[in-house]
Amino acid sequence: MATINKNAAQIQAIVVSNKRVGQYHQLIINIGDLAATCKPGNFVAINVGGESSRMVLRRAFAISRVSTSSMYRGTMELIVAPHGQGSKWLCAQEEGATLDIVTPLGTAFGVPTEPVQALLVGGGYGSAPLFGLAELLNSRGCRVDMLLGASTASKIYAPMEGKRSVNSLRIYTEDGSMGHKGRVTDPIPELIRDLNIAVIYSCGPMAMLSAIDSITRGTDVVHQCAVEESMACGIGICMTCVIPVADADGTVSMLRSCIDGPVMDGSVVQWDKVGKAL
Amino acid sequence: MSTLDFSTTLGNAWFPAPTFTASGCASSGRELAQFFDLRTMGGVVTKSVMLKPRTGRPTPRMAETPSGMLNSIGLQGPGIEAFLAKDVPYLVDQKARIIVSIAGETVEEYSTLARKLRAVSGISAVEVNISCPNVENRGLVFACDPEASRRVVDGVNRTLGGELPIIVKLSPDVTDLVSIAKGVVDAGADALALINTVLGMVINLDTMRPHLGGKTGGLSGPAIRPIAVRAIYQVHAAMPQVPILGMGGVSTGRDALEMIAAGASGVSIGTASFGNPTAIMSIQKELEQLLIAKGFTSLRQAIGFAHRPESE
Repeated sequence: MATINKNAAQIQAIVVSNKRVGQYHQLIINIGDLAATCKPGNFVAINVGGESSRMVLRRAFAISRVSTSSMYRGTMELIVAPHGQGSKWLCAQEEGATLDIVTPLGTAFGVPTEPVQALLVGGGYGSAPLFGLAELLNSRGCRVDMLLGASTASKIYAPMEGKRSVNSLRIYTEDGSMGHKGRVTDPIPELIRDLNIAVIYSCGPMAMLSAIDSITRGTDVVHQCAVEESMACGIGICMTCVIPVADADGTVSMLRSCIDGPVMDGSVVQWDKVGKAL
Repeated sequence: MSTLDFSTTLGNAWFPAPTFTASGCASSGRELAQFFDLRTMGGVVTKSVMLKPRTGRPTPRMAETPSGMLNSIGLQGPGIEAFLAKDVPYLVDQKARIIVSIAGETVEEYSTLARKLRAVSGISAVEVNISCPNVENRGLVFACDPEASRRVVDGVNRTLGGELPIIVKLSPDVTDLVSIAKGVVDAGADALALINTVLGMVINLDTMRPHLGGKTGGLSGPAIRPIAVRAIYQVHAAMPQVPILGMGGVSTGRDALEMIAAGASGVSIGTASFGNPTAIMSIQKELEQLLIAKGFTSLRQAIGFAHRPESE
């Protein structure tokens, strides 16, 4: 039985910086020694709105990267899109503000024991955790190529420093306003063949993850994806963020994306059953 | 420092503190144990378990609402056999006090579940959840039908009566809660759990359709607290001898004290744990301090205090 991330802890953490990066905000949060336990793919659940808030639920954000060498012992970086009330509140928090956070939560991207060819695919700000992962894969001797996609240029998140760890980066926008015109999944079959890709790591909208699965299904390419389903608690007690997943016998059960995910093996997720009654 | 007797009872079950998880809001305790020692609260009320494994309703299963949330889980769970094999032994190992919540689709299923609990050691009480709003057929919400409620409780009482306290969880979505409460007490309930979630709906303005996969969901959180306080007050006024486990939007010590003053012998914390995994610990501490500050020497003195005569 899957259990909650054994390193998860609730702490009061200070915002070290909050910068606007295009349509997103980059928040750096001092999390001290917890940074050493955070892995690419893990997420953080943050209390939003302050004491008299009418928002009763935590907000979950993918950790884009952690740093343990900073003057704060350890920090985490989040890339947040100010879409809803909770994320708007978070993006309005200034340097020095205190946040009630629970982290690290969920599963992490599995890193191969031997150097392999890896393809990282990100949709919108779903690309954020892929840069930390790219650094890690790079340090293990993997060749890392990256594809980023979004509907339009302003929704692409691709920081300059993040590009250092990748061998190549291709950008796709549906409206053609940046990079190639088309969907981020369009070039995947060709890249798998040309680059001899062994594993695809993906993070982004469910439709993108599902499209990647239909490309990798029946091949030897491993697909590790970070799924997205709305969560009330982030710690495994509410049962709202479930995803249909098949076990070895083919039995499909609803697994919590906060405990058994967010990183899951794309080949066992029952993409056609997402959002349907079993 | 004044001393306070913080203990409480539900039927013949004794608990060192009046704070509990709410069924369906703590799974089987494993995850919260990462944040605090389960022994420090009154007890764990486990997620309502059914006879067979159940996958529940489609996603989206939740929608946040002002000071609350709607959930539409549909009693997803492992079924009683796996629950007894894995979850109860875990809680026993943790030395947590356990209230097992059961839910059935038929009157007979409740009796069968009760029978399976008879020989299980380490359980303090059983909660009979007859009020989950997230079932396909609204006719299956036993707690909305006085006769069906009575039959369910009667069946459980014939199996377990006298062995384990029977706590019956009722719905506020009824016209006359007191008569339903009296019916289940007559049928053998030792205590009542008030209240389950309130049936609600959110329309998604992008799709212009109901947002939840199950269309309707149960509203919980501070938004429903006044409904819970009212329900507890009315039922306690009618049957002051029947212990009540109060719940519905408790997120601070003062909220817990409100329910206790209305007539609750204990409080369950549900949605607050979603927002804060250590909510139960802080509520417990705040409640303890509030009782002392108000001059109570025991929790029991405060139960139903809002009902005292005008002259006091």
